[in-house]
Amino acid sequence: MSAEGSLSGVRVVELATDHAALAGKMMADLGAEVILVEPRRGHRSRSYGPFVDDEPHSERSLWWWYYHTSKLGVALDLDDTADAERFRRLVATSDVVVEGEAPGRLESLRLDFDDLREGNTGLIWVSVTGFGRVNPRREEQFTDLTILAGGAQLWMSGYDDHSLPPVHWGGNQGYHIGSVWAVIAALTALVSRDVTGTGQFVDVSIHAAANVTNEQSNHRWLVSRQEVERQTCRHAAPRGEPTQSTLTMSADGMWINTGVPGRSPRDFTRILEWLDQVGLREEFPDATLLELGAGRDHIKLADIGIDPELTEIMRAARDVMVFLASRLPATEFFEGSQSRGVACGPIFSPEEALLNRHSVARGFPVTLHHDDLGRDITYPGAPFVMSRSPWRLSRRAPHLGEHQHLVE
Amino acid sequence: LSHIRICDLTGQLAGAGSTRTLGPLAAEIIRVEDPVREGRWDITRGTPPFVDGRRGNELGGSFNQFNVEKLGVTINLRDERGRELFAKLVEKSDVVTENFAAGVLARLGFSYEDLRAIRPDIIYVSNCGFGHTGPYAGFRTWGPIVQACCGLSFLSGVPGQPPAGLGFSYMDHQGGNIMAIAILAALIHRNRTGEGQWVDMSCVEAGITLDGPALLDFTVNGRPTRRDDYPDSNHSDSPLMAPHNVYPAAGEDRWVAVACRNDEEWSALADVIDQDWARDARLSSLAGRVSHQSELDGQMSQWTSTQDRYAVAQHLQAVGVPAAAVQTAEERIENDPGTGDWGLFPMAHHPVIGDVRVDGLPIHLSGGDWTIEQGAPCLGEDNARVFGGLLGLTEEELTGLRADGVI
Repeated sequence: MSAEGSLSGVRVVELATDHAALAGKMMADLGAEVILVEPRRGHRSRSYGPFVDDEPHSERSLWWWYYHTSKLGVALDLDDTADAERFRRLVATSDVVVEGEAPGRLESLRLDFDDLREGNTGLIWVSVTGFGRVNPRREEQFTDLTILAGGAQLWMSGYDDHSLPPVHWGGNQGYHIGSVWAVIAALTALVSRDVTGTGQFVDVSIHAAANVTNEQSNHRWLVSRQEVERQTCRHAAPRGEPTQSTLTMSADGMWINTGVPGRSPRDFTRILEWLDQVGLREEFPDATLLELGAGRDHIKLADIGIDPELTEIMRAARDVMVFLASRLPATEFFEGSQSRGVACGPIFSPEEALLNRHSVARGFPVTLHHDDLGRDITYPGAPFVMSRSPWRLSRRAPHLGEHQHLVE
Repeated sequence: LSHIRICDLTGQLAGAGSTRTLGPLAAEIIRVEDPVREGRWDITRGTPPFVDGRRGNELGGSFNQFNVEKLGVTINLRDERGRELFAKLVEKSDVVTENFAAGVLARLGFSYEDLRAIRPDIIYVSNCGFGHTGPYAGFRTWGPIVQACCGLSFLSGVPGQPPAGLGFSYMDHQGGNIMAIAILAALIHRNRTGEGQWVDMSCVEAGITLDGPALLDFTVNGRPTRRDDYPDSNHSDSPLMAPHNVYPAAGEDRWVAVACRNDEEWSALADVIDQDWARDARLSSLAGRVSHQSELDGQMSQWTSTQDRYAVAQHLQAVGVPAAAVQTAEERIENDPGTGDWGLFPMAHHPVIGDVRVDGLPIHLSGGDWTIEQGAPCLGEDNARVFGGLLGLTEEELTGLRADGVI
């Protein structure tokens, strides 16, 4: 197996931001040499918690640690003449620049794509901003929350009770949406450069990205002029057409998404066998309906609501999932249901997702040695497993100015 | 990407969304569907929304949305002649993509080893919920299940309520886009080394990589996210901000999001509010605003609840404070220069549905931008073009294959 990542040999200069940090991380973990440039006093995100042992310090931010794995770090003040020259020389040796500066700033410093492409015609420049470089809204301030407010995610997420506010997602997903598009753009430009030999400028709008990441809100409107409404922990539904709850609680107090219940005679047979195996068939009041379902030759979903017996069978198929979940621990319910071909999923916390037996068996959690702490730290692993050019965390996030020799 | 050809077995949004990003960037996407089941494995083919009263397998509005700029062919992979035809297509392709349940394509005779025997430098990218190995490899998923199992549903909610989750299949979009990154990364590796490979993507694992710093708080500090006061995702602890919430505005179910990042922004916000409570010295520092957050939220809600949400956002933006109306689809699509001036919703032509606007791309490239003109392909629409033009089959051979249900 080749030890090198897919982007090995590609040099990327990244100007530190909150909103494009994941883009640099994805490229660094894929093997690119990503040189993170931050102000000499340190980028503000070094002050974002949580912190190692809850001790606030610029080298102990877990936000910084997470988003800057596998990168090298230098400190430059771009409005300082000597540092600006160092930045120019660095870009001259690079393949890709990823930056998220406010529109107009780099132009005013004469450090923009048009200033730095001369002599480096292969240069690829990816600008990641709230609304794009030339949009009428380009001056607007934004955070992850306001991006998701403008992009349908908040409108679609929350609770059946609309006196409760729409809910912001955890974990900086607005920034992740923009960052993933920035990587698609950068890699597209690299593949294109393999043929054309020339680089290009790419303008990424995080607001536009959020506005094409909402599944049905857009096409319900574009196709049939319908609005959708938020519901508790399930898909928003077209106005006036609410769907049934898919949320229930397991015997050990974990929320479960009951998914789509059994819908074939074979599913019903397997669920009845499961009820027998856990000794609960007598206690489930509608076992007879499941037996009727299991005895049918086939089931036509279109007849639900028309054929009264089938309608009751399908109700029992939903009820049996809620019943079994209420009697079994979440993991036993999940594995029992899925191994019988009926999809469902516990609402795992991030740590339960990272460390369950499946993730561990696949080798998904990885450890990275932190020389600064003298211990190994567990991180989430590869977003996809590449058999020949493996994803890898090559180093911990850089200390302030740790690789300053690269610009001296 | 006009020199790249993808033999595409994906479907639904989780898979189709992936090649959907690359078609408008000029890659040739040849979507392969099953003629026996008329492509119904992809449930979006004939399901709502519809443009008018017509119903049918070519009329699904979301299928059209997720399959623009793709060619469509049909091959029955259960038939020996179908498998031969598919092998010919693989030989002419750079990439094979699929998002079947683990093991399905291998059982049809096209494992990675089989594909590599046909074309040694082939790139094979599979995407399923739990990946192709491990104890949960056979488990079934779609967006909401992936989101439940990767921690993202858990991270969204307000105290005292069940998880709010994500109101649509976010991980179908993000999973598809991350799958597109896998395709591009593998192409870059192949261009440099001549080597193809298999990329095994688990959408759940891709989702866990989006849980971010909250996960390190557990692995480094031992603090689980499963705890009483968590999540509280309308507030912000990483980075710490206050006020930071979704506040009621005038009108039914109307809301405005406000995020105040530092003391300077609070001072500017307090000037806009121009009421005594906002000048309370306890609120002048971030620490003070965080420790009095529920009181602060109450005052903010009273202030916003009588105002138009766009007016609030505009007033706060004017003094540099991040704020945005929670927008409906109509507002986002029809009235917002952030999407309109971008050209975000181009018109695509579908031979049966007609002209419908669809999602564009949130990137603009100076060296050849994306284009979307063609809607989704009808079932087998490009059989003659691909099997005849690309693979060199004669009209007679095509007629025979059609008559025998192979295509």
